[in-house]
Amino acid sequence: MADRVSEYLAAFDDIPGTRVYTTKRARQGYWLNQFCMSLMKAENRKRWLADERAYLQDWRMTDEQKDAVLARDYNRLLDLGGNIYFLAKLFSTDGLSFVQAVSTMTGMSEDEYKAMMMAGGRSPQGVRSIKEGN
Amino acid sequence: MARLTAGIASSHVPLLGVGIDQGKTEEDYFKPIYAGYDWTREWITQPDNKPDVVILVYNDHASAFDMNLIPTFAIGCADEFQPADEGWGPRPVPTVKNDADFAWHVAQSLILDEFDMTIINDMDVDHGLTVPLSLMFGQPAEWPAKIVPLAVNVVTYPVPSGNRCWMLGEAIARAVESYPEDLNVQVWGTGGMSHQIQGPRAGLINQEWDQRFLDDLTKDPQRLRKLPHIEYLRETGSEGIEMVMWLIMRGALGDNVRELHRHYHVPASNTAVGHVVLENC
Repeated sequence: MADRVSEYLAAFDDIPGTRVYTTKRARQGYWLNQFCMSLMKAENRKRWLADERAYLQDWRMTDEQKDAVLARDYNRLLDLGGNIYFLAKLFSTDGLSFVQAVSTMTGMSEDEYKAMMMAGGRSPQGVRSIKEGN
Repeated sequence: MARLTAGIASSHVPLLGVGIDQGKTEEDYFKPIYAGYDWTREWITQPDNKPDVVILVYNDHASAFDMNLIPTFAIGCADEFQPADEGWGPRPVPTVKNDADFAWHVAQSLILDEFDMTIINDMDVDHGLTVPLSLMFGQPAEWPAKIVPLAVNVVTYPVPSGNRCWMLGEAIARAVESYPEDLNVQVWGTGGMSHQIQGPRAGLINQEWDQRFLDDLTKDPQRLRKLPHIEYLRETGSEGIEMVMWLIMRGALGDNVRELHRHYHVPASNTAVGHVVLENC
C-alpha cells in the first residue's frame, strides 16, 4: 500500500522559504513551544525579562533552541520546531507586532517589508515550487 | 424549528481588533478595510437577518490550546467564554455567551452523524473568534447573538481536508434543522485569505487566487471542496490554509447560494482581507 503520509508530507519541502508545521516539527519543538506559551502569563513575562538565561534553565529545550531564542533568530527557531503562533508570545513580550517580527525572517528591513505589503504583498510568481521554479 | 439562514466568511486578522479597540477605524490605513464591513453591520441588524445564534468556525492561535492537546474539530459547550489574554491583555470586548442547549444538541448530532467532536467547557476565545464579532457587530455592550465556538486545527499538519470541512458543514446543517426551537442560525467561517507569516517567503499575497475562491463559493463550490492542502500552501501562503474553514460555512449552506455582499482588501498587517455574505436561494 502506498504511504499516504510520506507522499503528503514530501510536497511540503518543495515550497521555497516555508516551513510547514508538521508533526515532526511539533515533536522537535514541543518544549520550545511550551516555553513560549508560558509567556502568556504576566508573572512569567516579568521573570523572563529579568533574566532570560535563568528562565530558560527550567525548560527541557536543546542548547541550539535556547541560543536561537536568546538571539531572536526566528527562521532558526522555525527550523528547530518552533511554530509562529507560539513564537508570537516571545516577540509580543519584546513589544514587536506581527509585521515587525515577520519582516525579520524575510531579509528585508521593516520599512521595505511594509512597503511591499502596501504595494500588494509578495507575488507567488517564482516561489510556488523549488522543483518547478515557478 | 431552527433555520440556517445565511453564511458569513471573514478574515480574522488580530490588527483589525486592535484598530477597533484603539479607535483607529478612521485612519487612512484602516478606513478602506472597515468600510467593507459597513454593509454587513447594517444588514445584520435587520429583523429578518439578525441571528439568534452564530456557529462561529475559527482557529485558536496557541491561546486555549497549547501543544498538549490538538483537537481537529472542537465545539464549545459552556455557557460563556472569556476573551483570551494573548500576551498583551484580553481584548476589551463583551464576554461571549453561548446557547448551551443548542450547542450540546449540535455536538450530539454531529457525533451521531459520525463526526467525532472534541467537547470543550473551559476555554478562552482569542482574536480568531472575537475579531469577526467586532467586524460584524461593532462595539456593543453585549454581543447581540449567542455564539457557539467551533475550533478547527489549521496549525499542526495534517489539518482536516477541505472536503472533510465541507462534510462537517453539511452535518452542522442537519444538526440545525433537527433542533426544535425556532432559532435564526448563521454559520460563519473565518480566517484567510492569502497570507504567510513565517519564513523568507512571508508576505505572500495572491489576489487572483483569492478572487477566484470568492467567485467559486457561488459559481463552482465543488471545485473548492477538492482543493488539496498543497495548493493552498503554494498559492496562498502557509496561513492561507485557514480558508478550509470557509468550506465548513459553505458546506452548511445549500447547493445554490446567492452572494449578497463581497469585500476584498490588501493589506491588513500581513494579510489579504476577504469577506462575503451568502444566503441560500
